[in-house]
Amino acid sequence: MSMLTTVMQRVRVVFAVGWPLQYASILDMGRLWERLLRRAELPLAYTQGYNPHARLQFADALPVGYTSACEMLDIYLGEPVDLEELPDRLQTQAPPGLGIVSAAEVALDAKAPQSLMREAVYQVYLRTDCQAAEIAAALSTLLQRTSIPFERERRGRVQSLELRELIHDLGYVSEDPPSHEVHMRLRCGSNGSGRPADVLDAAGLTYTDLRVHRTQLIWEERLS
Amino acid sequence: MPIDREVISRLLTRVERPARYAGGELHAITKDWRRTRVRLALAYPDVYEIGMSNLGLALLYDTVNQLPWALAERVYAPWDDMAQAMAEEQVPLYSLETFTPLSQFDVVGFSLQHELTYTNILSMLSLAGIPLVAERRTEDAPLVIAGGSGAYNPEPLARFFDAFFVGEGEEAIVDLLSQVDRAKAAGWDRPTLLRDLAEIPGTYVPALYDAAPADDGTRIPHAAATTVPQRITKRITTALPPVPTRPLVPAMRVIHDRAMVEIQRGCSHGCRFCQAGMIYRPIRERPVDEIVDAVDQILANTGYDEVSFVSLSSSDHSGIGELVAETLQRHNAHGVGVSLPSLRTDAFSVELAESIQQTRKSGLTFAPEAGSQRLRDVINKGVTEQDLIETASAAFGRGWNRIKLYFMLGLPTETDEDALEIARLITTIRDLGRKLRGRRVEISVSLSTFVPKPHTPFQWEPLASQEDIVRRQRLIRERAGGRGIKLSWSDWDATWLEAMISRGDRRLGLVIQTAWEHGARFDAWQERFRPEIWREALAACGVDANWYVDGRVAGQPLAWSHISAGVTEAFLLRERQRALQGVVSPDCRQQCHACGILTALGERYAEAAQRAAWECP
Repeated sequence: MSMLTTVMQRVRVVFAVGWPLQYASILDMGRLWERLLRRAELPLAYTQGYNPHARLQFADALPVGYTSACEMLDIYLGEPVDLEELPDRLQTQAPPGLGIVSAAEVALDAKAPQSLMREAVYQVYLRTDCQAAEIAAALSTLLQRTSIPFERERRGRVQSLELRELIHDLGYVSEDPPSHEVHMRLRCGSNGSGRPADVLDAAGLTYTDLRVHRTQLIWEERLS
Repeated sequence: MPIDREVISRLLTRVERPARYAGGELHAITKDWRRTRVRLALAYPDVYEIGMSNLGLALLYDTVNQLPWALAERVYAPWDDMAQAMAEEQVPLYSLETFTPLSQFDVVGFSLQHELTYTNILSMLSLAGIPLVAERRTEDAPLVIAGGSGAYNPEPLARFFDAFFVGEGEEAIVDLLSQVDRAKAAGWDRPTLLRDLAEIPGTYVPALYDAAPADDGTRIPHAAATTVPQRITKRITTALPPVPTRPLVPAMRVIHDRAMVEIQRGCSHGCRFCQAGMIYRPIRERPVDEIVDAVDQILANTGYDEVSFVSLSSSDHSGIGELVAETLQRHNAHGVGVSLPSLRTDAFSVELAESIQQTRKSGLTFAPEAGSQRLRDVINKGVTEQDLIETASAAFGRGWNRIKLYFMLGLPTETDEDALEIARLITTIRDLGRKLRGRRVEISVSLSTFVPKPHTPFQWEPLASQEDIVRRQRLIRERAGGRGIKLSWSDWDATWLEAMISRGDRRLGLVIQTAWEHGARFDAWQERFRPEIWREALAACGVDANWYVDGRVAGQPLAWSHISAGVTEAFLLRERQRALQGVVSPDCRQQCHACGILTALGERYAEAAQRAAWECP
């Protein structure tokens, strides 16, 4: 018996990420999913070539530290599996912090999920001495600006960007002192993604701790 | 009381690679503290990625957690950023399973694998709020113990540990924890517990041994009471313990990110520089069917796509061919690869390597160790130049472009001629590769510096001088640089420190502590290593570094004379004599060299020895 290489079924899995998996990088996530699928004994389709690996496609890389209710992954299988029982089969083998939300078949020739990504919705919790009214005002002032030139530093490199284009919606939600919840809908995908921390920085808000939870990924089909 | 996860998660937003400190890996074992009587923290004094790759700790973790009355949790050395965040927020060092501060465990057990991790032990104790010096620990402090290869010369760390365990810990850890259990029931009297621990075979309690300075300033331990043994002989497990089949699967990438199965313990080659070859005797093979079964279970439980057959010399296992074939037959369809970490230099090994690398040809590694036949005979590395040429030809012939070769500089009796022979040998192999494979061929050559280690025939030899080493490195660079050869060599200062601590005595405890107080951390990490701190610490303590790296006089007591690895000093001296005469000692599965292991352990383990499981002839 040799490794399966022909794709017979493509399955889109939606999964939640919590403690401690929120600290896994996207590369870690790829390895972790491949192992999970092997433990579940799914008939994975492998790439051909010198270094065969399972074909997996994530819709977006969840930044290290974020939790999520809505991550998305396409799995390519060499034999069709029963979709009804698939979520349970995956959940049984999932490591702590990974919750299977749903699994559904998609057309083999459907576009890659990362090319469809448009927006992501976040619940942002910040611990700060600022008052609720202050935070709400800072956010609405930011949202009213037509241009927000911003410099983002990542791995020692400074990148200049127009932050306003990345912010689709923004608003104060509620307080549980010293923690405050903020709602953000930010651009997400191959044309650049908004980061909640950048938005808070641009709004001039300081905090001692920041928690980000992704609640929704919005892709093209759903927008239209 | 465990630390609140919220508190930890606030720290983790500030550090690199936070997954190191979050725990919760697949198959991590979290037991109920209220239902267990004895709690052990297994500590590894290096970062998570390295500690998680240690098979010995994984075995102990599995063993202890199977006891209904005990639990084991893990802790690794926090990197600087996390150590700083913890200190600032006053969060003590905690275990990854339940976030319980280390100070609340009954026992904290460190694994000692490398001398340059020793300062990290002090960082960890300090972050845990546990007094560094053993004699300052009050009744409520945990018992701080250590095991691993470093325990074969415990003296440099004697200041910091309540007890050391010498040898293989799978059975001994249960004895030790049982004693702790009884001590807790009896009201935990620390001095009594220490005396009781000293009676467990293989246990060394430094506080019960005097090490008063001799005339030359050296400090050699002697049992202070008749109730403790003058010599502590290592313990072993008679047969290899069962393979843990539900190993932890970390989410973040670690050094050995694969299934690991120990297929053999001990090594029969008798290389005279090699401490592992001396201290892990006798040789014990795991039966093929047991390995095959373990591999099935581990792969099913972990989903790994690679299994590594761990041993000191993988090609030596009598069933290795069958094992590799069987593993591939069962799992290759699911993309599972096999890796063999240590291959002998022969055509059989190339064949083996080819059978496991049917698709990707990454690189083949061999360790001739010395350049000239004369010197290879001195160190008893039973490899001839012809072996090496044939092996390399076979590898190139079967499609490999990359070969990695390990050599050591500074071996006893080495001259510049021997170094020139290394240059000649690697050039020959490069040229051979070019003839067979063309210009893509790449020979990676690692030139490390020989460090004399306790319990080996070379334990009396000096560390080579920096001048000799640097000159020989240069000689090789000048003659064997250029296209197709990539040379790397070890840092002199790190070698010097390792050599000093390897054969150190009790005086070094204060030196280690002083260096740590002045900022020595992660000394094995080149970018973090600051040798000047160590020189200053030696000067401040009035300790002469040269004494440690110089040769020793045979017959005089050594700092580790009270520790027995089961091989006799007479054997080590015989092997040393043969080395200096250039006489080889053949593989001890063919011919017994009376190393003493059967006498030292044969009585205690008579049944196993008789069953010939040890393969002593």
